[in-house]
Amino acid sequence: MSVAPTLLAVEGLTKSYGGIHAVRGVSFELRAGEILALIGPNGAGKSTCFDMLNGQNKPDSGRIRLLGEDTTAKKPREVWRLGVGRTFQITATFATMTVRENVQVALISHQKQLLNLWGSAPRFDRDEAVRLLELVGMGGYADRPCGELAYGDLKRLELAVALANEPKLLLMDEPTAGMAPRERIDLMRLTARIAREKSIGVLFTEHDMDVVFEHADRIIVLNRGTLIAEGSPTEVRGNPQVQAVYLGEGLVYDARHREGAAT
Amino acid sequence: MAFYVVQFLTGLASAASLFLVASGLSIIFGVTRIVNFAHGAFYMVGAYIAFTLTDRLSGAFGFWGGIVVAALAVALIGVLVEMVLLRRIYHAPELFQLLATFGLTLMVEDLVVLIWGPDDLLGRRAPGFKGAVDFFGQNIPSYDLFLIVLGPVVLGILWLLFQRTRWGVLVRAATQDRDMVAALGVNQKWLFTSVFAVGVFLAALGGALQIPRDAVHHAMDLRIIVEVFVVVVIGGLGSIVGAFVAAVLVSELNAFGILIFPKISIILVFLVMAVVLIVRPWGLFGRPEAPARRTPGLTVNPWRPLTSNERLASLAALGVAAALPLFAGNYALTVGSEIAIFVIFAVSLHFLMAVGGLASFGHAAYFGLGAYGVAFLAKMAGLPMIVCLLLGPLLGCLGAAVFGFFAVQLSGVYFAMLTLAFAQIVWSIAFQWVSVTGGDNGILGVWPEKWAASPSHFYWLALGVATLVTIALRIAVFSPFGYALRATRDSALRSEAIGINVKRMQWTAFVIAGTTAGIGGALFAYLKGSVFPDNLGISLSVDALVMVLLGGVETVSGAVIGAIVYKALNIWLVSQTDLSKLVLGAFIVLIVVVFPKGIVGMLEMLAQRRKGSSPPGSTLLAKPIGPAE
Repeated sequence: MSVAPTLLAVEGLTKSYGGIHAVRGVSFELRAGEILALIGPNGAGKSTCFDMLNGQNKPDSGRIRLLGEDTTAKKPREVWRLGVGRTFQITATFATMTVRENVQVALISHQKQLLNLWGSAPRFDRDEAVRLLELVGMGGYADRPCGELAYGDLKRLELAVALANEPKLLLMDEPTAGMAPRERIDLMRLTARIAREKSIGVLFTEHDMDVVFEHADRIIVLNRGTLIAEGSPTEVRGNPQVQAVYLGEGLVYDARHREGAAT
Repeated sequence: MAFYVVQFLTGLASAASLFLVASGLSIIFGVTRIVNFAHGAFYMVGAYIAFTLTDRLSGAFGFWGGIVVAALAVALIGVLVEMVLLRRIYHAPELFQLLATFGLTLMVEDLVVLIWGPDDLLGRRAPGFKGAVDFFGQNIPSYDLFLIVLGPVVLGILWLLFQRTRWGVLVRAATQDRDMVAALGVNQKWLFTSVFAVGVFLAALGGALQIPRDAVHHAMDLRIIVEVFVVVVIGGLGSIVGAFVAAVLVSELNAFGILIFPKISIILVFLVMAVVLIVRPWGLFGRPEAPARRTPGLTVNPWRPLTSNERLASLAALGVAAALPLFAGNYALTVGSEIAIFVIFAVSLHFLMAVGGLASFGHAAYFGLGAYGVAFLAKMAGLPMIVCLLLGPLLGCLGAAVFGFFAVQLSGVYFAMLTLAFAQIVWSIAFQWVSVTGGDNGILGVWPEKWAASPSHFYWLALGVATLVTIALRIAVFSPFGYALRATRDSALRSEAIGINVKRMQWTAFVIAGTTAGIGGALFAYLKGSVFPDNLGISLSVDALVMVLLGGVETVSGAVIGAIVYKALNIWLVSQTDLSKLVLGAFIVLIVVVFPKGIVGMLEMLAQRRKGSSPPGSTLLAKPIGPAE
C-alpha cells in the first residue's frame, strides 16, 4: 500500500460562511486503490469538504492536488476530465432519459463527442454502456426510464455513470443514504471490488458506521470543521475524542475531567 | 448645465411609474413565483379607467380620487383573475404561467379597443400641478416634481408595510419559503390573492399617474412590460429596493441615451443590462436562486427515433403535401407556403425548448433578422436569390450568437424575460433606424426570382426547406449533441459533474435554433415580398411559443403539427373576425389550463393507454422529478 502513488493531497482546506467556519484547516491524503471514509456528525463539514474537492465549491484557502495537479480553482467539469467520478448525496441523474442513455451521455462526454451533431446517439458505445450497467448489476434495467427507478437503483446508476470515464478517483457523498441495509452492503462491496480491481482510490462520506468500519481502509473524522482523528478503523474506533463526538457530552465531560486530573 | 439637470429630473419623473409597475411585479413574483406578463395590461387598464373617471369627475378631489379609485378597481379585476385563472396554474411550469398571462394581455388589448376605441386619448392635467417651474431658463413641469417625490414616498410606504405589519411579515416569510409558511397554518390562498391585489394596484396606479404626462393608448402595455422586465432583470426579481434603483437607472439611461445615440437610444440600456448580467447574473439586489421547477418536458417517457411504419406514414403525409399544387388554387398554395415557413420557425423554437429546456420569449428576433438579412442582401447588394437565402439567415445566426451568449447565463423566468427584452431591442432598432431598415415602412420589393415566383414553385421550395430543416433537427435531437443537451436540461449539476460545459451546450443550441429560425425568416421575406419590424415583434414570438405548446413541448416533432394547426386556424380567424387577439388570447389560456400536453402529447398518451400500459407521467407528474439544485 505504501508504494501506491498519492492521488489526492489536501492541505489546509478552509471555508467559512459568514461567521461560521464550516471547514477549518483540513489536510489529508489518499492513495491509489485506497478506500478512505470521511465521517463526522451532522454539520461537521463533510459535504462542504466534498464539494470543494470536485470544484463544486471554492475554498477560502488551502490547496487541493489531484494526481499531482493543483485543482483548487478548477470547475467540476475540469476535475472530471482529470479522472474523477462523483456521486451525489441526493442523486442527480437525467430523469427523462433511459438508464442506458444516462450512461451514454457520460461516454459521449468522455470521448469528447459533445458537439457531434450528426452521429447516432442511441447507438453510441452501446456495448460499453451495457457493460458498465452490468458491472453495477443494472444490466436488466438498460431500457427503463430513469425517472421510474427506485432510489437504490439510482445510486447504482450514478456509480455506473461515475465509472464511465475510467476514473482514478471516486468521490461518493453518502453513497448508501436512503437504501435498505441489504442494498447498502451490496453497493459498498461492489464499490470496494471495483476499486481493488482497477486500483481506483475511493473517498466516501457515510453515516452508517457498519458500512464505514467494514469497508474503509482508513478513516478520517471531522467535527465542527476540523479534523480530529485519522487512522485505521480499529484506531478510530478506539479514539476517545471520536467516541466523545459520537456518543455525546457525558464522555466529553469524562475526557476533560481526566485531562484536568492529569495536569 | 441646467439642461442636463432638467434631463436628469425628467428621467427621475419617468422612473416613478416604472418603479410602481416593477415593484408590483416583483412583489407578486416573490410570493407566488409567477412572472405576471399581464402586469402591463393592468397598467394600461389603470390608465384607461383613470382617464374615464378623471374625465367625468370634476375638481381636484375628482382627479385624485379618480386615480385612486381606478387603481382600486383594477386591483379588484386582479383579484378575479387570480382566483379564476392563476390558482389553477400555480404549480405549472413557468413557461405556462407566462403564456397564460400573455394570453390575458392579448385579450385585454382587444377589449380596451372595444371599449375606448383605437385612438390615443389625452388625459386631464393634474389640478395643482398644471404649470412648470423655471430652472435657470429651462422649464420643468411641476407634475414631474410631484412624481419625483412620489417614487421614494411609495418606496417608504412599501417598506413600512413589509416591516411593520403582520401581513408584511407573512409576505416576507412566504417570499423566503412559502411551503414553510403554509405548514405554519397561514391561509396561503388568501395571502396569494392579497399579494396579487397589491401588486396589481401598484401597476394600475402607475398607469393612472401617467395620464397627465402621456397619451393613453392600446399599445402601452407591451412597451411598459418590456421596460419593466429590463428593470427587474437589472434590479433583481423579488427586491423592491432593486426595482427602485433599476427603475431610476433605466429611466436615466433613456433620458440621456437620447442625447448620445438619438436614433437607437435603447442600445445604452442594453449595454448596461449586459454588464450587470455578467457581473451579477441575478440582478443588483436579487439573490441567486436555483430553478425550483424544470421548465418544459414533464414527461418521463423517453424519446425514440421513428419506427419504420411511422417513417412511411410521415413520407406519405409529405407526399400528399407535395401533391397540393395539383389540386389547390393559388391562394391555398400561398397559405401552404406560409404554413411551411412557420413549421420551420416552430421546430427551431421547439428544439431550443424541448431539447434544451430553454423557453425563449423572443424567438421572432432571429426569424426577423433572417428576413432583414435577405432584404439587405437582395436590395442593397443585389445578390441572386439563392445566395440571399443561404447568407440571409446568417444575420439570425449572428444575433443568436450575441444575445444567446448573455441569455444562457440565466435560466427559467430570467431567461424568458431576457430573450423577450433582446427581441424588443432588435425590434426597436428595426423601427427607429429608419435610414437603414426603413423603419415602420419596412423594406419593399423583395420578390423571388422567376424560377421560384409562381405560387406552386415557391410552395415546393418552402415545403422542401421545411422538410430538410425538420429532418436535420430530428437528426440533431438523436445525435450525441442532442443527448448531451437533453442531459443539461434534466440536470445541470450532473452534467457539469461529467464534464459537460452546460452553458456552451445551451449557447450552441441557441445559435442553431436562431439560425434555423433565420432560414424561415429568409423564406418569409420572399413570400411577402417585404420585411417589416413586425417580423421580429413580440406577437410573432408568442405565435412560435403557442405553436410549440399546441403540438406538445414534450414530444420530438409535435411542433410540426402545432404549426400546421395553429397557423391554419390563425389565418382563418383573421379572415373571420376583427377581434382575433381576443379569440387568440382566450385560446392560449384555454390550452394552458386544460390542454397542457398539446395535440401530439395527447395522442401519445391515448396510444399508451390503448396499449394497456399505465399512462406515463401521470403518477410522476405529482411528484417532483429530481432534486432541486
